[in-house]
Order: sequence, then structure tokens, then C-alpha cells
Amino acid sequence: MSEAKIQIKNLYKIFGKNPKGAMENVKNGVGKDELLEKHNHVLGLKDINLDIHAQSVQVVMGLSGSGKSTLIRHINRLIEPTDGSVTVDGDEVLKMNEEELRSFRRSKTAMVFQRFALLPHKTVLQNTIFGLHIQNISEEDANKSALRWIERVGLSGYEDKYPQHLSGGMQQRVGLARALTNDGDILLMDEAFSALDPLIRKDMQDILLELQDELHKTVVFITHDLDEALKIGDRIAILKDGIMDQEGIPAEILLNPKTKYVKDFVEDVNRARVIKAKHIMSEINGQDLSGAMPIDQDDFIDRFIDKVISDKPDNLIIQDKDKKNVGFLSTKKLSEILKR
Amino acid sequence: MSNFLTDFPEMPNKQFREFKKGVDASYKDFAREWGDLIDAMFDPLLKMLVFFEKTLIATPWPIFMIVLLGLTYWGSRSIKLVIGTFLAFVFIGYFRMWDETMSTIAIILTSVIMSVVIGLPTGIAMSRSDRTQSIVTPILDVMQTMPPFVYLIPIVMLMGIGKIPGLIAVVIYAIPPLIRLTNLGIREVDKEALEAADAFGATKKQKLYQVQLPLALPTIFAGINQTIMMALAMVIIASMIGVKGLGQPVLQSIYNQYFTKGVLYGLAIVIVAIVFDRVSQSYGQRIQKHRSGKIV
Repeated sequence: MSEAKIQIKNLYKIFGKNPKGAMENVKNGVGKDELLEKHNHVLGLKDINLDIHAQSVQVVMGLSGSGKSTLIRHINRLIEPTDGSVTVDGDEVLKMNEEELRSFRRSKTAMVFQRFALLPHKTVLQNTIFGLHIQNISEEDANKSALRWIERVGLSGYEDKYPQHLSGGMQQRVGLARALTNDGDILLMDEAFSALDPLIRKDMQDILLELQDELHKTVVFITHDLDEALKIGDRIAILKDGIMDQEGIPAEILLNPKTKYVKDFVEDVNRARVIKAKHIMSEINGQDLSGAMPIDQDDFIDRFIDKVISDKPDNLIIQDKDKKNVGFLSTKKLSEILKR
Repeated sequence: MSNFLTDFPEMPNKQFREFKKGVDASYKDFAREWGDLIDAMFDPLLKMLVFFEKTLIATPWPIFMIVLLGLTYWGSRSIKLVIGTFLAFVFIGYFRMWDETMSTIAIILTSVIMSVVIGLPTGIAMSRSDRTQSIVTPILDVMQTMPPFVYLIPIVMLMGIGKIPGLIAVVIYAIPPLIRLTNLGIREVDKEALEAADAFGATKKQKLYQVQLPLALPTIFAGINQTIMMALAMVIIASMIGVKGLGQPVLQSIYNQYFTKGVLYGLAIVIVAIVFDRVSQSYGQRIQKHRSGKIV
């Protein structure tokens, strides 16, 4: 995997009258509840370290109040941190002056909001070109690029409608088109699909994955929904009370939850749909491979489980794309993993 | 001791007289010193007012009527309102009140333009800083509660009797709702819309013109509507210091007990008020039709 596109280091955010003063307490180990009760400051984020890789989807998950929306707003500095560092492509975002920050936001990032945040007095097309419009890009060029994305998100024919005339799902498509028209490398999505009905949400997730397959943006996706996180995320970070409990690929979080909070979170997940063969295989080390069933390493368990049940092999041999043997998995271990 | 409880310990009579005399004298000195200069400063405004008045009176009535009805239709898109306006101005013309009405419309127009030019930036400045808001709000409170007769005194002392002091009095009376509602409208703009503008790298100016002002427009428009209504309400008081128009005949009628004349001119003020109110309100609603409508 390529090196980190966005690097967050020792990031602290404390809300209140004297955050710098309260920092002392936090560094001395005062927790969120105590800080609020005794010092009247709210702990937003505590010592967050996160490397987000280029062209991958990083999900940040947590319940409300966990600090996930605060965290994403540090990446384009809509919120000033109390302490720490955020670098994008090696540039320190927190050291930029007003002008540099504006040009950074215009050229590198685009954001999609939970409640859409469209401008009600502008049409779908005018909303979509908003990012380009404020960069004084000619209307002709802006429209051309906007119309392409409006079509890609399935809103052709609605260019001249006002947001109020559209349903929630369609409004968020406008939000997505607006962000894509801006053409930054980084797409920040703050609970972008949380306000939508389950069916429409699924549609939007599919649209996002389809686009990502083609565009390879660096996506930071905030959600409180584990199923969504597992479906979309290449990696998942779990936040609780402003502290990052665990960070890793979905399978790792499912198989080895580090804290009780994470454990509770992942308890009811259908593992077969999230874990791939390669995540649970062990090294080939002189095991008896006769009669072992070959399995593609990138297959999810639920893709091959039926065959395992009907053929009843003792062992599975895991292969890569070129049918080369890369790993070993006993049926016994597989059933243990599914039972847990 | 009993005296202390029954009579408030007040300023001695002599000192109080001196105090009043002192303030009056220094204000008179100020007026004598600066009156001409201040007069000259307001000269362009006087020219504008006189221009409006002369143009309106010189315009042949059928042309005025066509323009007025055209504007009414353009603003409201309502035939009913156009017919109503037509009948109202026929009433004004038939009962010999045309020229006075034109003078009144001229001063309303001038004072509303002046109110917008001063009030809009003030409201914007207020919305941007809590400090400015905390300074301007009490000033507006004074402007709205102080009886207009009281601030007429220093204005007349400074500038004499005439159109400009009248205009200033009207603006002082009419401008506060516009300032307040501009401030309120901008402060009430959806935080997420502003955050989105920030996230896409909008400058302060771009945020103001593309997000804050358009979203606050309905509220600002309510303010302009209020300003028009209050300016009309000031017409009679302004006529006491020499502003021509519908107010002066009403004032005469009060002094001389001309019942019919008083009622007719009073009705003319009401008519102008209702027409301006309805047209500006329906225009305000029409420019934000994107806010209503069904979900497809």
C-alpha cells in the first residue's frame, strides 16, 4: 500500500473557554466526564493518530458524541485543533495562512454533508458548480464538468430544479455531484448517507463504491453504522469519547476486537460476509494437502461456504489469482470462526 | 427627615436652570458653527428628493398610471392587485389629491433608498460581530422608543425647517426594523450551508453575496416592507417641519376642523400604504418561490 496521504498526529481538541489550560489536565489522564464536571471543558478528541492511505476508503466510526465529525473537520480545518498536527501530501494544514488554506480547500478536498447543506436559492446545476464558481472558472467549463457528474449520479433532467423539489436521496446525489465536480483528491463524507432511508442509503453506497472503483480518491467516510463501515471501508477507525479504540482492516476488527466497546459493536455482524479467505488462512507448513479444496484468497466466506458444506473437505487450500498456493485453512478452524 | 422621605432629593432649581441653559447654548453654538456645512452635506439628497418630486408631478397622469400598474403587475403577478391599485389611484385623482400623493411618494422613495443604503451595511456589520451588535442594539432601541417630536427639536435647531430635516426624521423613525431584520436574517442562515461554503473555499465576500444575503433575503425584505410602512406613518409628523405631501392637508384639517378633508387625505395615506405593502410583500414572496413546492 502506498504511503499516507493524510497523516494525523497527536491530535487533541478540547472545547471550552481555556482549551490550552485544560490540555494539562487531559495529558495528566483526566477523562471526558471528569473534565466536564470539574473543569467545565468538553474533550472532543484525545491523542488521535491516524494514517490515511491514498486512494483508499478510510471509515471513521463511532456513536454520536464520539468525536468523529470533529475529527473529519480537522482534515480541512473547519475546526482548529487544540494541539497536534495534520498533514496532507506532506504539507502541514495547520500552518497554512488564510489564503493557502482556501486554495487547499478548493483544489484538494471536497466535502459531503449529513444534511446535504445545499443552497436553496440555487438550482441543482448551480449548486453543483458552486465549488468551481467561487474559483472564477468560466461558466461554460464549469457547466460541462458539472453536467457530467450530474449524469453520473443519475440526476439528468433535474438540472434546473431547486433542492426543495427533490427527495432526500436526490438532494444527497446533488451533494455528491457537487463534491465530485470540485475534483480534489480527497473526498470528506460526514455521515453522508445517515439521513437517508435504508434502501436509498444502499443505492448511494453502491454509487460511491462504483465511482471509487473508477476514480480512486482518498475517501474519509464518517458513519455510526457498522454495516455501512464494513461495506465501504478499506480500513476502519473506531472512536469512543474522543479516543481511538482501534484501527485496522474490517476483518481484523471483527476477528480481534481490542476493547469491550469494539466487541459489543461487532458482536452481531455476519462474519461470513465480511471476512475473506486470506484474512483467516495460516501459513503452509507441511500440512497434508491431499483432498484439500482450492479457494480464491479474495473470496468472502459466504462465497465458498455452501461448497464446503456439500463437499465436506477436511482442509482448504487458499490460492491467489494465478492459482498459486498461498495459505492453508482447516474446516475445523473455519467453523470455529463462524461460531464465535 | 420627613422631607427626605416625601420629596425626592432633587437637583436645586437654579442649578437645573443653568444646566439646561448650558446644554442649549452649547448645542446652539454647535448648530451655528456647523449647520451650514451639514446642510451642504445633505445637498445631494435634497437634489434627489426634489428630482423625484418634480418628475412625479410633471409626469402626465396616464403615463404614471401605466408605469405604476406595470410595476404592480411585475412585482406581484396578480391582476386583482393591479385592478385594486387602479381604483385606488382613480379615487386619489378624482378627489383632487394627486399632486400631494406624488410628493409623498417622492419622500417615501427617497427615505427608503436612504434607509437601505445605510441600513443594509449596518445590519451586515452587526451580524458579523457581537460587539457591534451590542453597541448598535441600544441605539436602535432609543430610535424606536423616543417620541419623534423629541428628536425633531435638535434636527430643526440644526437645519431649520424644510425637506431635509423632515427626511432625516423619517429615516430615523423608519430605519430600525430594516437594520434589525438584516442582522437577524444573516444570523439565522443555516450553519451547514455556511460550513459547506467554507469547505469549498469561499472567501468572506463570496459567502456574504452567495450564501448569507440570498438566504436572508426574505427576512431583509420583511424589513424593507416595515420601513416603507413606518415611513408612511411619519408623513404627518414630518409635515409639521415643512415636508410637503399628504401630511400637510391633514395637519390643516386638525387645526381648522375640516372633517371631510381630513378623512379624504387620511384615506389617501392609507391607500398608498396598502398598495406599497401588498406589492412589496407579494414581490418578496415571488422572488423566493424555490422555497415552496412539492417533492417530485
